[in-house]
Formats: sequence, C-alpha cells, structure tokens
Amino acid sequence: MFTKSIAELSQALQTKKISSHELTQMYLERIKQFDKKLNSFITVTEEHALQAAKKADVQLAIGNANILTGIPVAQKDIFCTQGVKTSCGSKMLDNFISPYDATVIKRFNAAGMVMLGKTNMDEFAMGSSNENSYYGPVKNPWNLEYVPGGSSGGSAAAVAANLAPAATGTDTGGSIRQPAAFCGISGIKPTYGRVSRYGMIAFASSLDQGGLFAKSAEDLALLLNVIAGFDENDSTSATIAAPYYATTLNNSLKGLRIGLPKEFFNEALDKDIANAIQAAVKVYEKLGATIHEISLPRTSLSIPAYYVIAPAECSSNLARFDGVRYGHRCDAPKDLEDLYKRSRSEGFGKEVTRRIMIGTYALSAGYFDAYYLKAQKIRRLVAQDFHEAFKSVDVILGPTTPSPAFKLGEKTSDPLSMYLSDIYTIAVNLAGLPGMSIPAGFTAGLPIGMQLIGNAFGEAKLLNIAHGYQKETDWHTKTPEGF
Amino acid sequence: MEWETVIGLEVHAQLSTNSKIFSGASTAFGAEPNTQACAIDLGFPGVLPVLNAEVVNMAIKLGLGIHAEIAKRSVFARKNYFYPDLPKGYQISQFELPVVGKGYLDILLEDGTSKRIGITRAHLEEDAGKSLHEDFHGMSGIDLNRAGTPLLEIVSEPDMRSAKEAIAYLKTLHSLVRYLGICDGNMQEGSFRCDANVSVRRKGETKLGTRTELKNINSFRFVERAINYEVERQIALIEEGGKVKQETLLFDPAKNETRTMRSKEEANDYRYFPDPDLLPLLITEEQIEKVRSHLPELPQQKHQRFMEQYGLSAYDATVLVSSQAMADYFETAVVASGGQAKLTANWVAGELSAALNKSDMDIIDSPVSAAELGKLVLRIADDTISGKIAKTVFECLWNKEGDVDQIIDKQGLKQVTDSSAIEALIEKILEANPQQVADYRSGKDKLFGFFVGQAMKESGGKLNPKQLNDLLKEKLASGA
Amino acid sequence: MSLTAGDVKKIAHLARLNLVESDVTLYTEQLSTILNFVEHMNQEDTENIEPFFNPLDLGARLRPDMVTEHDQRAAFQAIAPQVEAGLYLVPQVIEGEE
Repeated sequence: MFTKSIAELSQALQTKKISSHELTQMYLERIKQFDKKLNSFITVTEEHALQAAKKADVQLAIGNANILTGIPVAQKDIFCTQGVKTSCGSKMLDNFISPYDATVIKRFNAAGMVMLGKTNMDEFAMGSSNENSYYGPVKNPWNLEYVPGGSSGGSAAAVAANLAPAATGTDTGGSIRQPAAFCGISGIKPTYGRVSRYGMIAFASSLDQGGLFAKSAEDLALLLNVIAGFDENDSTSATIAAPYYATTLNNSLKGLRIGLPKEFFNEALDKDIANAIQAAVKVYEKLGATIHEISLPRTSLSIPAYYVIAPAECSSNLARFDGVRYGHRCDAPKDLEDLYKRSRSEGFGKEVTRRIMIGTYALSAGYFDAYYLKAQKIRRLVAQDFHEAFKSVDVILGPTTPSPAFKLGEKTSDPLSMYLSDIYTIAVNLAGLPGMSIPAGFTAGLPIGMQLIGNAFGEAKLLNIAHGYQKETDWHTKTPEGF
Repeated sequence: MEWETVIGLEVHAQLSTNSKIFSGASTAFGAEPNTQACAIDLGFPGVLPVLNAEVVNMAIKLGLGIHAEIAKRSVFARKNYFYPDLPKGYQISQFELPVVGKGYLDILLEDGTSKRIGITRAHLEEDAGKSLHEDFHGMSGIDLNRAGTPLLEIVSEPDMRSAKEAIAYLKTLHSLVRYLGICDGNMQEGSFRCDANVSVRRKGETKLGTRTELKNINSFRFVERAINYEVERQIALIEEGGKVKQETLLFDPAKNETRTMRSKEEANDYRYFPDPDLLPLLITEEQIEKVRSHLPELPQQKHQRFMEQYGLSAYDATVLVSSQAMADYFETAVVASGGQAKLTANWVAGELSAALNKSDMDIIDSPVSAAELGKLVLRIADDTISGKIAKTVFECLWNKEGDVDQIIDKQGLKQVTDSSAIEALIEKILEANPQQVADYRSGKDKLFGFFVGQAMKESGGKLNPKQLNDLLKEKLASGA
Repeated sequence: MSLTAGDVKKIAHLARLNLVESDVTLYTEQLSTILNFVEHMNQEDTENIEPFFNPLDLGARLRPDMVTEHDQRAAFQAIAPQVEAGLYLVPQVIEGEE
C-alpha cells in the first residue's frame, strides 16, 4: 500500500478497500520503524493524525469526501500549525506552539487530508544539506552517509522512504528541487505568488514559495490544487485562478520547444548527471519535442545576487525573534540588550547567524547601494534572461544540481562551497518562476534530478511535461532499499 | 546680537480608521492591554501585512488639503531597530517614496498677516506599542494595543521663525485633519503628536545652525514652552562660546527644561529597504478625483467665505473656523439671530468660548445650543435686553434654567423703554443727589457717569442705555 | 571587501547577536570570503537598470477597513516567556533608548 500513488490511495479510500484510519496507522507505524535511521520528522502528531483520519472516514462514509480526503501528508516544520510545535528547525522556536494555522495548513485540513507530523529542515530554511537543524541532520534514504539536501530535507527523505505519500516544502533558492533531486522524488516549486505565504515562517520574503513533494508529477498535480490559489491574507498572493492541473497532464508534447541553457552544461557538471539529462532529452525528442540551445548568461551572477538579497531579507525577518513575546528567552537577562543578544545568540545556529550578519551588513549605511541595490539590479537582468529565453522555448530543461548528494559533514566547514551547489536553482527564485525536479537516473546508487523551469504561472504545462516523461520512464517508481 | 529662530515640525497624526493599517484588529483607544493586538500586530512568525484601503483614502485627503502632489506610486519600507514596543524588529514606514509630496499650509499670524509654511512630505507608517514604566519587579510592561495603528507623519519645511508661528502652524494643521475627518486630534490620547526641530542663527545668516530635535511635545502649551526654552538654551550656549550638539531632547514640562535622549553619535543605522511583503502602493488619478469630490469645505475656504459672507474680521473668522463644530455652531446661531453675524461672532468667540474653556468642554457638548445663543443675540439686537443683561441671561441658559424668552420674562429682565418711566427715575436720582447735580452743572462733566451708574443700579440694569443717556442729558441741561 | 574584527562586532551589535572572541575570528574570515565572492556582481554593469524588488509586477492589494480580529490575548500569552497583568515583561526600558 505504501508504494501506491495518491490516485491509487484515493481509489482505495473511496472504494473502502482501506480506511483513512488504517492508512494513517500504517504510515505512523512506518515512521516509528524507520525514522530513527532518517530523522526526517521533528514532531509526529499521532493523536492529531488519527483523529483527523477518523473524521475523514466519516466524510468518506457519508459520501461527502473529495478526491484527497483521508490521504496522509507530512508538513515541513516551517508551516504554522495551531496547537502543534512549529520549530522551523530552530532552538529559537523549540517551545513554540503556534496559536494559528498557516493558509496552506488550513487548505489541507479543508481538503480532509491528514497531517502525520512536522518534518525536519535546515534552521529557518537556510541550508542545502539539512545539517543546520537544531534537531540533528536528516539522512538520505538512498545512502545513510549522505545528505538528503535542504532545506526541506526531512520532507524529501520521508517521501522517498515512503514514510508519507506526500509532503510540503518551501523553496527560497532550491530548497524543494535540490532535496527532491538528492532523494529521487518529484518536487514542485510554484510561481512566486501561486501559494500563500501566510503562516509560512519567512526566510526571504521575495523569494520564498511553498510547494510539494510526491512520487510523481501526477500526484503533485492533484496536491497542487489544494494549496494553489489566492489568499487575501498575503499581499503577494496572485489573484489569477489556478487551473485544475490534472486535466492537462496528458496533453501531447508534440511540438514542445525545450530550451537547454548552455551555461548549465559546463565542466562543473557531473558526467553521469550530464549523460542522464541527455538521455532524458532523447525521451522528449521521441515524444515530438524540439530541442533548442538557449543562453542564460547571468546564471553565475545569480548566486552572489541571491546571497545578498536572501540574507538581507532574512536579517530583517528574523529580528522578531527577540525573546519577548514567544520563543527562546535567555535566563535572567540583566538588561534589555542582554535579553536580545543572549536570547538570539542562544536561539540561532551558526548558518542563521552568518546570514543575519551578511544581510545586516549589506543593508547598513554606506553599503546598501553597493550590495543590496546592486543585487536587486542583477536580479532584473537574471529575470530578463529568462524572459528572453521564453520567447523561443516553452520550457527550460537541465540538471537540478551539478553533482549528486554529498556526504554528511563534507561541506559544513566551507559555507561558500555549499552555496555554489545551488547554481542551477537559485536564478529561478530570483525571477519568481515555477520549477520542478523529477528523477532521471542514478549515479553510484544516488538519484539524479532533472529540472524543468516554466514561465510564470505555467505550472500546468510543467506538470504535463514531467508527467509525459514519467509515462515513458520508471525512475520515479524506485524505492530505496531497506524502506 | 540679534538671533533668528528656525523651526521645522514633524507631526504624527493617528488616522481614525476602525482597524489597523495592516491588520483587522481594532484601533479603539483604552482597551485592556494587549487585547487589541492580533497575531499580525504581535509579529508572530509567518504573519503578513495587508494594507487598509481607508488609510490610503485618508492620505489622499491630507494631500489634497495641503495642496500637495500625491504620489502615483509610493513604497513601504522597513525601518529596522530593536525595541520592545516594536514587535517585528522593524517599523513599516515610507522612506524614499512617500505617498504625499510637497505641499503647504497658510497660517495666520497675530498681526493679521498670513504666512505660507512649506510641507516637505507626508508618509504612512504604523505606530508602535507602549512601554509602561511602572515597576514590575524592576521590569517594564509592554502593551501592544497601539502597535499597527495607522499614522501619517507630516513633515514641514524649517519655515517657522518663532514658537508662536509653530503654534499657529500646529493649530492650522490640527484643524485641517479634523475637518478632513482623518484624525480625531486628541492630543491627550496621543492622536496628534509633535516633534520639533529647532536651531538658531545670527540674523542675516543664510546657513542653518545645528539643530536639536524635541521629541513628543504633546500639547500646544508645551510646544511653545519647550521651543522657547530650547531657543534660549541654544543662544546662551553659543554666546558663551559653546556649540550646539545635534541631539534628540525630551521636554520635561514639570521642570520646564529639555534633556538629552541620545546624541547623533548613538544614532541608529535603520537599514531601510522596501518591504518585500508589500507591493508598491499605486494611486490613480480617478481615485484622487473621487476623494476630491467628497472633500468638505476646508478651513481656509471657510475662512475666506466667513469674511466675505458675514463681514467678519480675519481674527474672528480664524477663531470661528478653528473647528468644524465651532463653524457649524456659528452658522446655525447666525440664522437664529436674524442675520446678526458680527454680534453672533462676538458671542461665540467671546462669552461662549470663555465659558467652554473654563469648564474644559468641547463646543459640541455646550449646554447652550446654537439656536438659543442666536435667539439671545436677536434679543439684544431688537432692544429687548441690553448687552449687559444678556450676560445674565447667558449664565441662566448655561445653567439650563429655560429658554431665552422664558428667562427674560421670569426674571423681569426686559429693558425699560418707556420714556416717562425713565424720566421719573432720573428725577428721583437728581433729587436724591443735589450736591452732585450742582457740581455737574458748574462744569464737572465727569459726574455724568455717576448719574448713569445710579440709574442703572436703581433699575437693575434694565434701562436702554441710549435712551437713558439722551434723557439724562436733557434733564441735567434743562435744570441749569 | 575584507572585514575587520571591529566591523564584525559592529554588525553583530546591530543585529543584537553576542559573539564570543573565537566566533569573531571565524565570522570575520567567513564573512570576508562571502563578501569577496558576492562582489563578482561588479562584473556586470547595472547602470540604468531598475532594481527588481519583487517578481510580481503589481500594486498593493487593499483590504476594507473592518475589524475582523477578536481578543486572543490568553492564547497568545500562553506561550509568552514572561507576562503580568496582560503585559509582556522585559528588563526595564530606559525612556528614549533605542
């Protein structure tokens, strides 16, 4: 049952082959059995889950259910969940029981879905390996000595190991696509503004976007309709209606114009990954797509721009954690400054501290123009490059990462080398475009991710293109041994 | 040495919306601490701001009221600093691109001339909470009810040259925001707060001196005292060979002095940047026109009209238009008085205002209605009572002893206009004071007042003064 | 751009972070490395380029002026570190200090 797709699980629930309670129980058992190895959950909400499952079963019994009622899902611990600890992977919020639900959570609840728990993540979503969590690193289910990617590493590992059929993530510079690639599953980061950010703890507000992990594009299509759409509580929520994504999944790919950015295929790219992507391109050619070389000339500049903009926004977003109204507060502060400084230093880990300091510096008097403003100008050029590209192609295809998952501890002492591994994903966030990563092969037992980048609000097209590939290949059906 | 004072003012006007600038929490004053601070106002993790539409309309109203350009595109920025009454660690404010640009206000000076004061800008921002310094075991208490209340910060040019001009500007602006219905102007509750930038320079000098900023001077009276104190302090300092330090000062009304809050060296680095949670505020020409078409008659227009329509002096008109309620009261009273505008103006600006001031009352709570006051004026005009007797009637009206005619009737205050009765009274007084009559007749003209006084005393003030004068002169002359 | 230990301390103070001396050394080095890397941006001429603050090219959406929130003080303060009489408590605030 745990290897089934969401469509299949839904079928089983609707035809009463299994109850939501049984299904939920099964996943909770699997979490108990396997998560000691992975550390993918920070909190397992067993009681909540079983209650929600019972409610779902009632809805199913009286015929008041929709297609996703009773399906379990894991939530990244960045989404505020009322009455449940919402830690954001930080000691700062280790004691934070959220008094309200994020819009995304409300929507899952309204759909009758069952939250299994809150997944592990890099502290405040800052990291590419999940080693920056207060709750310890998450392991990659394909090889426990390797990282699952980050920052949504817990969600990706949980779905890859079938501890949940789907999970949420957030993506500020690749935090959904990179762990999806490292863990061999499908992930989607929608267009900026497609999914409400209300109740999603902010890292970098102009880049953050909530999204999803599942085993296939088909599953993602069903789930995306739960969370996509306008939210009056988010000023940056797009008002254009979300289409029903499942209806266009099987559209023909004949005549599809695929762009391969030449900057993505250089000597820095792992050979096996390059080959896997070329093989995928062949599959699309077979489906009737045409391949075009394109250029995204500012790709390399997107990392420096990102590492100014994201820290600048984070330095301000994280100022609210001051030990006054919620969260960690130091013992016996001797004055106000002591309260702030000790509460914050004790509450934040190293990477968060580093980014707050970079951002504070980039915004400070005398440096604002040279760093922050410069970065926002580069950002326009990066966005323009995509705009140009989409004049001649329908989708941009390439690797999600330059190399497969790396070993735990391999990059922790060198923040910059960690930053550079986001080279293919970051520009997409700067431009606010939708992106996906889907499995496209293996190298030395580790999964390879293929990235698809769409034009703004082109999620339906992206899912259609990904699904077309998954009908022809079976990489997305592979399960790591031992799970 | 002759000195010139240079003053610029920053006014924070709380906008009288129902809900906060970025959240749906109530802005009502005086609630239990933290009961009107929602998750957004408290800066909970994950919350986001959404701008209140009414706040934008109010900003447009102010812009129109001060003849300013209204920005088609303005931007909300974050002003970053740590303080316990600032829950997010930043204040959402407008920095580089404010909603209201350059404008002006004309103020009336004591000599009757008017002066134009430039307004640099006005921008929208959120208010902070309050720190309560009562002792909680050596700690402070934080109430965030006020956090997120909408503010318009209105920044003037350094165009004022005395504390009196600063007061005139503040009163004019205070009146304007209340006319516009965008701020209740309640200074005690902090709805209308003022900071003053003060510097001095030698007369003839064109460069501005180093300025100090006086924070939170929250009554018209304190503004004047604080500025005067600060001007004297700066002049004394320079004359002794010292230098004014750029710093922020707090005025202590009890001690009547200013003291340092922080010097420039300690100034914060606010790290302003556009708030990524809020997109730029866009305002269309149609929106501005819609607001313009609903604007009430503003103080300046009303001032002009009062002078033209009622023939009032600039001074009277200024007093009467100082609030919408006062102006409305006046216009209602004029109608009831049968068009006695000048006399009505004297009564509203004089007797009534004095009585209200004495009881610390607003004109809308006046125990004497506009219709009654107008009637009283009418009774003076039609010679039913004298101006002096009218004061007695006014007092009775104030104490709710009946309407004007009832009071006149009941207390027999009606003026005596019967010549024979007045003559009889005069004869009686002349008989009783033969020595004075003789003295008058031998040239002591000044004694005329004595006879008038005696007659008025005898009659209880009810004689028509003109009639009395005429008849008295006649009697005194005829006996010679 | 190479930062000095003094710069790092100043930034840490602005951000209200406590750094022990060994951290100061570490961050001075790491931040300098990152800033040097970030300065690759200078390769690109951005004269006359408008900054791109948000991917959404829209204006602010406005909400009607209605009170939609009710008092939730008890729930909010249940997770607060220190409250009394409905107030959040902090070490004494010295008036005017920022």
